[in-house]
Order: sequence, then structure tokens, then C-alpha cells
Amino acid sequence: MTGKVLMCGNEACGEGAILAGCKFYAGYPITPQNELTAYVAKRMNETGGVFLQAESELAAINMVFGASAAGARAMTSSSSPGISLKQEGISYLAGCELPCVVVNMQRGGPGLGNIAPSQADYFQAVKGGGHGDYKLIVLAPASVQELLEYTYLAFDLADKYRNPAFILGDGLLGQMMEPIQLSAVSSQLSVVSKPWALTGCKGRKPNIIRSLLLAEGALEEHNKKLQEKFKRMKESEVRVESFHLKDSEIVLVAYGSVARIAKATMENARSMGLRVGLIRPITLWPFPDDIIETMASRAKKFLVVEMSAGQMVEDVRLAVNGKAKVNFYGRMGGGIPTEDEILHEIEVFV
Amino acid sequence: MKKTIKKENSASEALIFSRPVSLIDVENHYCAGCGHGIVHRLICEVIDEFAIREKVIGVAPVGCAVIAYDYWDFDVAEAAHGRTPAVATGIKRMLPDRIVFSYQGDGDLAAIGTSEIIHTANRGENITVIFVNNGVYGMTGGQMAPTTLAGQKTSTTLSGRSLKRDGYPIKMLEMLAVLPGTKYAERVSVHSGQEVLRAKRAIKKAFKMQIDNKGFSIVEVLSMCPTYWDMTSIQSADRIKNEVTTFYPLGVIKSC
Repeated sequence: MTGKVLMCGNEACGEGAILAGCKFYAGYPITPQNELTAYVAKRMNETGGVFLQAESELAAINMVFGASAAGARAMTSSSSPGISLKQEGISYLAGCELPCVVVNMQRGGPGLGNIAPSQADYFQAVKGGGHGDYKLIVLAPASVQELLEYTYLAFDLADKYRNPAFILGDGLLGQMMEPIQLSAVSSQLSVVSKPWALTGCKGRKPNIIRSLLLAEGALEEHNKKLQEKFKRMKESEVRVESFHLKDSEIVLVAYGSVARIAKATMENARSMGLRVGLIRPITLWPFPDDIIETMASRAKKFLVVEMSAGQMVEDVRLAVNGKAKVNFYGRMGGGIPTEDEILHEIEVFV
Repeated sequence: MKKTIKKENSASEALIFSRPVSLIDVENHYCAGCGHGIVHRLICEVIDEFAIREKVIGVAPVGCAVIAYDYWDFDVAEAAHGRTPAVATGIKRMLPDRIVFSYQGDGDLAAIGTSEIIHTANRGENITVIFVNNGVYGMTGGQMAPTTLAGQKTSTTLSGRSLKRDGYPIKMLEMLAVLPGTKYAERVSVHSGQEVLRAKRAIKKAFKMQIDNKGFSIVEVLSMCPTYWDMTSIQSADRIKNEVTTFYPLGVIKSC
């Protein structure tokens, strides 16, 4: 496939993985990400990779653990309830420093919730999710094109840091269709050597993949090493997009599909003479604290919009650190904020 | 076992028993009379005899054998409790020409990991599973396992396992044998020298099945836990012979 093609977000995500050289995918059916599983099943068959429909989310993430331990680029995907089940495995992958890509096309929660789009898994994605001190690079695409590009990028970042990378999408992004340019991602794969992989100990000492460290002080040392790595990620991997920050009095902060609604609202508001800007975090972890902190001394008013009861807003407040007023507008349980609703919040705030 | 002749000065003696190359020469953490050390050794002897040490990848469980990689001189991955066969699946699918085995206890395989073992067997994954059944959770203090016999006292069944309250001991191999994906299933024991030799033959057969691409093979090894059976080593071996094997009969359960 070359040139411009029409795809849904879930398919673009799968194609990004295939183009990134993903050789192993295991997953379990759950709406609204089933197109991704079906697409990868087809493409793995065409490209000589392995697709496995696992018996559970637990099995899927642990199969990914095995494939990654064997040195392969590996991926799993799910939606909110399934991602909760994968947290055990994600913690082990992070503890064992195994790269992989995990995709969450979020749906409404808590519990079984519904199958409508949501952003209520932000905390789970950026604050840890599983047990222990670890971080994932969390990328939040806002279009079908970006699902292709950031999934591709996620594999490079995972290998670079020997850490799981996470795509935080939602049911809206996963299921909508847009034309995309496949050539936007490089056909030249970055080759990363993995001398730590389990391939059989021919010609070298045996490799052990483990997170269990019982010797006194060993686990603390391991954690220090992990924290150094997370620090390097924080220094190097922040990605953010911003609009009209120079003259804005109110800065909208939104990510993923909500960022697109916020952007349209911003343009609408500006045409009405309101000085509105937008900060759109692309990496939710590491979070773009700096640009928000800088703007806090200039803009004085922030309006955070999410499809949740208010999760990312906590990180915005931390970055603002009391220097500006932060308001929040959210919809929950599958509700999607409309331009009119956001505009109303802006007008009230001004 | 390799037979080598070792000559020392004037005296010559035949060395007929030595440590397998695949077994690291370190003290292990197992209790006196525990069967794990024997099973580790048998696996390593088989790996040496097939000369596959450099292409073996083991998956260690959560349980008493959690640090098996400290004793095995080949590539090993840890796995979350019970997920051992899923991890082995991922490795084997990526490296089908390597020899992949999982090593699991009864809590790992027969309780928290039932889903993974059943579906791994059912997919016919070409891996080998060594399942050590001693009827208790040793690592965590001797709690009841799914395989604990009726009436057996454990730290969570102080008056003995009640079938009414706790359900029945589970026969995993008989369950797995009905799956078409399971190609070889044998139950052995390590309670006597004779049984250890039989156990080795079974483990060797199971690895051979994988080497020959025959599919999923599993060996259940009945093993002693003197510490949590509250017995001496001799009493523990006798208990397997007289009690455990009457419920868990030894022998080949399935061979295709």
C-alpha cells in the first residue's frame, strides 16, 4: 500500500505497527478497538508476523512479554476494561525493561461502562496503572494520520528506552475514518541491537529477564536506574502542539479527539474577537509542564477540557502552580464536549 | 549421564556421576528433602544429553522455583504468577527453532494459571511444561493448593482439606489430556531412585516431542515438601508412595 488511503483510526494504528516492523501481536476482542485486532490479524498474515487471539487480556500482555523478551517488536491493544487487566503485565514489562507498545482506545467507565469514547483512563495511563514506581511514554494522537505516525514512533521510543510505550486514544479516534498518507512514516526501520534478548546462549553468557531482586539494596538500585531512565525520557521526549499563545488571554488545554473540538472552538472564539489559545499535549507523560508554566505567567486563565471528570486538569494545575486560574469542563460516560458548550465555558470565564 | 574416566596419580577411579553442565555449581535455597533440586537436575541432564543448552530458553514461575535462573546455566525469563505458558508462547512463536520450556508449581499452573495452561495446550504450542506438584504453596507458607489432598492439613486448612468447603483436588493432566493440542502427558514422581530415573525418561521424552515438533508436552512431577507436610524427608517420600500416588496415579496419561 502506498499513497493516500482511507482508513479508520484502529486500522491506521495497526498499519503504523506493521510499518514499524512489529512482528508479534496478541489481543482479545473488545469494542471499540476490534477493527485494530482484525486488521493486524490480516496484515501479520501478509507480512509473516505472528497474530494470536489470546484467551484473555492477561494472556495477551504476557505473550507480548515473551515475544519482547525474545527480541521482537511486539504489541497488544484493548479498550479500558481490558487495559485494566493488562496492568499486571505492563508493570512486569516495565520492571524487566522490556519494550512493547500497548494501545488503549478508551471507552466509558467505570466498570463495564459503555462503548462510547472517553478519556477517563488518563490517570491509569500516566500515573502508573500497575504496581510499583514506573512510567510509560504516553502518546495521545488526535487524528487517524497521527494514529499511524505515533504508533510507528511508539515502537522506536519503546526500543530506545527499553520500556513499554503507550498509545492513549479513544473510541471516537479508533472508529472514525479519514484519508491518510502512509508515506509519512519512514520505510527505513531503525535497527536496535538487543544483546539482552533471550535467544539461546550460543556464544555468550546466559541472559536472564527478571524484575525480582531479592538481594539487599538490589531493588532500590534497580529503581534508581529506572528513575534515571524516566528522567531522560522527561528531558527528551516531551511533545506538544500550541496555537495562538502569543496574544491569548484564555488558554484551552485538551488532548486527543477533544483537542480537535477545542481547536475548532478556539478558531470560532477568535472570529468573535475572544483571545483564545490552545495547548495540546501530544505526550501525556512526559507532560509538557514547561510551556504551561511559561504561559501561566502570561495568560492568567486556563480552561481544561476532557472527556472525564477531570484528570489531566490535575497536571495542568501542578504546572500552573497557582499562578493562574484553572477552570475545567468535562463530559463523562461517553459524553463528548461540543463547541457550543466549550464556547459557553469560555464566555463565562472571560 | 556422561561417563568420564578420571585418573589421579596412581589411583584410577571411574567417575560415573557428575554435575550437568547446564546446572550451575552453587548452593540452592531449597529446603532439605525438597524435590525441586532433583527436578532441576533432571532437566539439566536432559538438556546436556540433547546438547541443546545454547538453544534452550526457560520460563521460571512464581513460587518456590522463582529463582530457578540462579541455578540454570542458560537463558531464562521470569513470568508473572501463572502466566508462565503465555510468556513461553510469545518466546516460542518468535523463535520456533529454540527449545522453550516452562517450569511451574501447582499454585502457578493449577490455580492462578489454569486459563493460560489450558489454552496453551489447546493451541498445541510446541513447548514443554514441567509441572511440579507438591500439594502446597511452599513459598508463601504452606497454604492449601488446588492439588492438596482431601484431609491434608495446611496453614489454611488447619483441620484438613474439606471437600465440602474447599472442593476437590484437581487432576490437571487428566484435564489437559482431553485436549487435542496436548500430545504428551505423563505423571512421574521423585520419591525414590527408581522413580527419579522414570521421571528423567519422561522429561527426556517431553523435550524430544518438542525437538521433533510434535506439539505440547507436559510432565507432572509429584514432589516432596517435608517443611510444609510437617514430615521428615523419608516420611515425605513414603507419603508420596503410599498416599499421593493413589490419588494421582503415575504413568503416561497421553502420548501421540
